[in-house]
Amino acid sequence: MIIERRWKKWVYFYIPMTVFVIGTLFPFYWMFITAIRPDAELYRSWRAANNAPFWTFHPTLEHVRDLLEKTSFPYWIWNTFFIAVVSTMVSLFCGLLAGYALARLKFPMAGTLGTSIFVTYLVPPTLLFIPLADIIRSFQLGDTPWALILTYPTFLIPFCTWLLLGYFKTIAKELEECARIDGATRFGAMIRIIFPIAVPGILSAGIFAFTLSWNEFIYALVFLSSPEKKTVPVGVVSELIRGDIYFWGQLMAGALLGSVPVALVYSFFVEYSVTGLTGSVKG
Amino acid sequence: MKKPIAGGSATRVEVAVARPQASSRPQRPGLLENERVLAGVLLTPTVVLLGMFIAYPFVMGVWLALSSTSVGNPGQFVGLKNFVKAWNDSIFRTAFWNTCWYTGWATIFKLSLGMWLAILLNRNFRGKRLVRASMLLPFIIPTVLSTFAWRWMFDPTFSVLNWLLYRGGFIVNKLPFLSDGTYGLWCAIAVNTWRGMPFFAISLLAGLQTINPDLHEAASLDGANAWHRFWHVTWPLLKPVTLVVVVFSIIQTFSDFQLIYVLTGGGPANSTHLIATYAYQIGVATGLLGEGAAISLFMLPVLFVVVWLQLRYLRRLEGA
Repeated sequence: MIIERRWKKWVYFYIPMTVFVIGTLFPFYWMFITAIRPDAELYRSWRAANNAPFWTFHPTLEHVRDLLEKTSFPYWIWNTFFIAVVSTMVSLFCGLLAGYALARLKFPMAGTLGTSIFVTYLVPPTLLFIPLADIIRSFQLGDTPWALILTYPTFLIPFCTWLLLGYFKTIAKELEECARIDGATRFGAMIRIIFPIAVPGILSAGIFAFTLSWNEFIYALVFLSSPEKKTVPVGVVSELIRGDIYFWGQLMAGALLGSVPVALVYSFFVEYSVTGLTGSVKG
Repeated sequence: MKKPIAGGSATRVEVAVARPQASSRPQRPGLLENERVLAGVLLTPTVVLLGMFIAYPFVMGVWLALSSTSVGNPGQFVGLKNFVKAWNDSIFRTAFWNTCWYTGWATIFKLSLGMWLAILLNRNFRGKRLVRASMLLPFIIPTVLSTFAWRWMFDPTFSVLNWLLYRGGFIVNKLPFLSDGTYGLWCAIAVNTWRGMPFFAISLLAGLQTINPDLHEAASLDGANAWHRFWHVTWPLLKPVTLVVVVFSIIQTFSDFQLIYVLTGGGPANSTHLIATYAYQIGVATGLLGEGAAISLFMLPVLFVVVWLQLRYLRRLEGA
């Protein structure tokens, strides 16, 4: 063990750590305090003498109520949830099968195919949104959730495939071979032996796919147009700002409520998600 | 089959040869028993989806970029005109250099701060799990929503940061966070760093945890100080993870759209555009699909080099 003096521990550990924690979490605190602050307190000069920006003695739920009753926010939450869940399931389905094939089966072009799936992971949505908008229009999918359910897998599948591919490689081949000696088919061994073992990998891929599709912005911005069909990020950007006026209380309430579902999903599975993340980096 | 096992016990040898026998068993050999057929079936959904929504749009994007298409006008082939026009456009040039500047600095900050944070998180302290989990929040929360919080913090009239700096006695007049192009870009770099640093930290932390503490102990017995220990022990072992993370981050940052779209909208006076936001402005907001597609294709050479380097590096790792 490397022994340290006390003051050194403060200088090299406690102080920087505190700065990191405050710096990371302050914007969220600011979101929260803005969301519950009455308008009269919100818009005061930054030099006002009695300005106490970090807390409020008159917390209010007015902004939240406005958001839920006067805007389409509840629709946006539902839309985002529906799109995220369905596109995550589609991507997990494709990723599981493709990951298994690339990890376990021998077939011509396996290397090329694996590489090209990996390369598609590195093609950013911002490179493709203009032609994709055209394609979505010609398929008559514009302004429907299906426009997003079909396009989100383009960045989720490569990610799921590579994460699960790495996971399958850690599972001993002998397990499958034993099952096949006992009379299981190849397909049966995959479904009944390998997939159940891979559940932790599937969960972490699912969590990340869910958060990625909850966060997606540019496709949703370009493909959707009716206010009640939008997702949370797009709705907050385009519907909560009227003209040039920012209603910061409502905006921050929207940002906070729109973040809660992902934060919850993440906190329930924090262990899985961290191992998954690190696994995907190592793989 | 692994070679050392085959030479081992008799039972293992049997396992090793079991595979060819399985198909000659009396049970009916279904089509799915053939590896090639099964692989084809398993890969079909992925190949179809990626082909339809990545490969096809990509080809179409190249075609659009070479044509004069706009909304409601099918357009015709115009060769490289759109690319030449973009390159001669001063806003595009600003956007291009902004993108490089933004990517460069944000990556440097994310890497150095992420490394520092990873080293801090690698120690034992009370509340370690809680701190580690909460550090990932900026990475999990939708970028658009957290960027709105930053925009509010940078507000020209009600900025809390100005208030803090003023109260702390650092400034007399408020700083023009988003109403000045140079400040605006640095603000965007700061927000991007805030958002991306946790990913670096957690990935590097995973790398740090695989390093044997005995190595550090040995080095410190030999008289190495903390900096030497980091530079000669930790860093060489972390390099592979770091490279992968940096490449992913460069791609994400270089193609960034949402952060600038929310924070500055490319303004003031188009001084903070990135390639992606400018492509959006021309291609979607103005409706000039051809020119917009050409602008976004300018990202390709840079992404191509980065991806090529990464693939080469991964190959070398696999070969080693």
